[in-house]
Amino acid sequence: MNKIANIVLEEVSIDFPIHNASSSSLKNKVLSRLTGGLIDRPYDQHLIVHALRNVSLEIKHGDRVGIVGHNGSGKTTLLRLLSRIYHPTSGYANIKGKVTPLINISLGINPEATGRENIILRAALLGIPASEIKQLMEEIIDFTNLHHYIDVPFRVYSTGMQLRLAFAVSTIIKPEILIMDEWLATGDNDFKDKANLRLKKIVDDSEILILASHSRELIKENCNKLIILEQGQVKAFGKTDELINTYFHLG
Amino acid sequence: MLKIFLNYLTDGLQEIYHAVKDYNLMLALGRQDVATRYRRSRIGAFWLTINMIVTIMVLGFVFGGIFKQSINNFLPYLTVGLVLWGFISNSINEGCASFSSSSDIILQVRMSFFIHIVRVLWRNLIILFHNLLIIPIVFIIFSKSLSIDSLLSIPALFLILMNLAWMSLLLAIICTRFRDVGHIVQNIMQVTFFVTPIFWEAKLVMGDFVEIINLVNPFYHMINIFRAPLLGLDSDIFSWIFCAIFFLVGSILSLYFLGKYQKRITYWL
Repeated sequence: MNKIANIVLEEVSIDFPIHNASSSSLKNKVLSRLTGGLIDRPYDQHLIVHALRNVSLEIKHGDRVGIVGHNGSGKTTLLRLLSRIYHPTSGYANIKGKVTPLINISLGINPEATGRENIILRAALLGIPASEIKQLMEEIIDFTNLHHYIDVPFRVYSTGMQLRLAFAVSTIIKPEILIMDEWLATGDNDFKDKANLRLKKIVDDSEILILASHSRELIKENCNKLIILEQGQVKAFGKTDELINTYFHLG
Repeated sequence: MLKIFLNYLTDGLQEIYHAVKDYNLMLALGRQDVATRYRRSRIGAFWLTINMIVTIMVLGFVFGGIFKQSINNFLPYLTVGLVLWGFISNSINEGCASFSSSSDIILQVRMSFFIHIVRVLWRNLIILFHNLLIIPIVFIIFSKSLSIDSLLSIPALFLILMNLAWMSLLLAIICTRFRDVGHIVQNIMQVTFFVTPIFWEAKLVMGDFVEIINLVNPFYHMINIFRAPLLGLDSDIFSWIFCAIFFLVGSILSLYFLGKYQKRITYWL
């Protein structure tokens, strides 16, 4: 049977201990234990932030889910939970399918290395084996238009060139579950069209899309479902058409 | 009780298994770290080798003089010990920070935590291979010859590496939660350098106290199983057994830790 991407969250909460200088010190911990809490300053108790609270939802194969919410509402935490980076502190999360987060496309790029080396390095981080990347190398270089510069250190590239390279490697993935934080911003006009086309194709090919965004247009265009987050809780989860106006207060 | 323990142990083992499956990635990352050193300077990582040579020369002449040693024997002894010690102490000190220094990757891509450990070890192993070149040079200068028994150093290095792997893993987990442990470890390594016979010979200084300390000093045994065969001495069988048991017990402990805390590590970053 084919594995079908599917996400189920049941009553998931994520609590963060905020460790300050003294609570992340072993010395203080030992002192406090030895003295029965005598040498234990009140601010040694670490703060706990409830980043997500009792989140329950089910995302099925084919769903395109937008996530909206103000800063600090738990968007990043939710994206990381879905990327299997945070495990629920309580509740139950079952994520079926290969998750590929496209959040920071420059992750793992070494400015001292050449463009070509960075393609290999970046691809390795995306989980693409070296043999596969060798076959795709020419296609990637072609896409970046960096022919003469590909064996030059990444740090001498212009910002636009750096972005093009990072984008071209990052988008050779074939994700089952694609996770994005805003649409990937991309270079000058010529490249933009080409890039948008390519990104669109990945989005269409993925079984599940999770897209966090502040842009009404983006959500409307790409997502058929919408999650509204508020203070770590799901305030609403349903069809984009029905919910989009309640969040963006328009129309 | 036992069942919970075994569960954590299998969870830990699974992380290692995932890392091994991704060997491509961990080797690429470690290699890249070393390659960066070559970018701006043609001799690259050999800069570290030059540092090592200077240290060996200075320590050799100073302590060779103090202990009134014949330089012909003392310098080869010092070289082998110091080269290996450099590898051990750097691996452990950098191993402590292997999670916190890769936090940007850890917070974005789910991959086995062990990959970050291997990255550090692999990087240091490549540097060790640069430094190992000093040994034949010194041996030739002081006309010290190798025998077939010297080959024992190869399995010794392997056993040392395995020990460093579990120690780095355990320390990395603890150091991510308690940020001051890294400094404590650094101090311990500094002190260990003086206690372990590296720049002084055991037969000269060993009093009861030092002898007892080195009986349980794992670093002494690690250096012993590597150094003795190269110098044509008998490596104590006790040292081999010590390293093997140390590895077995330590691996179980650190796998248990990994299994138990792997879900928490990202929260501590």
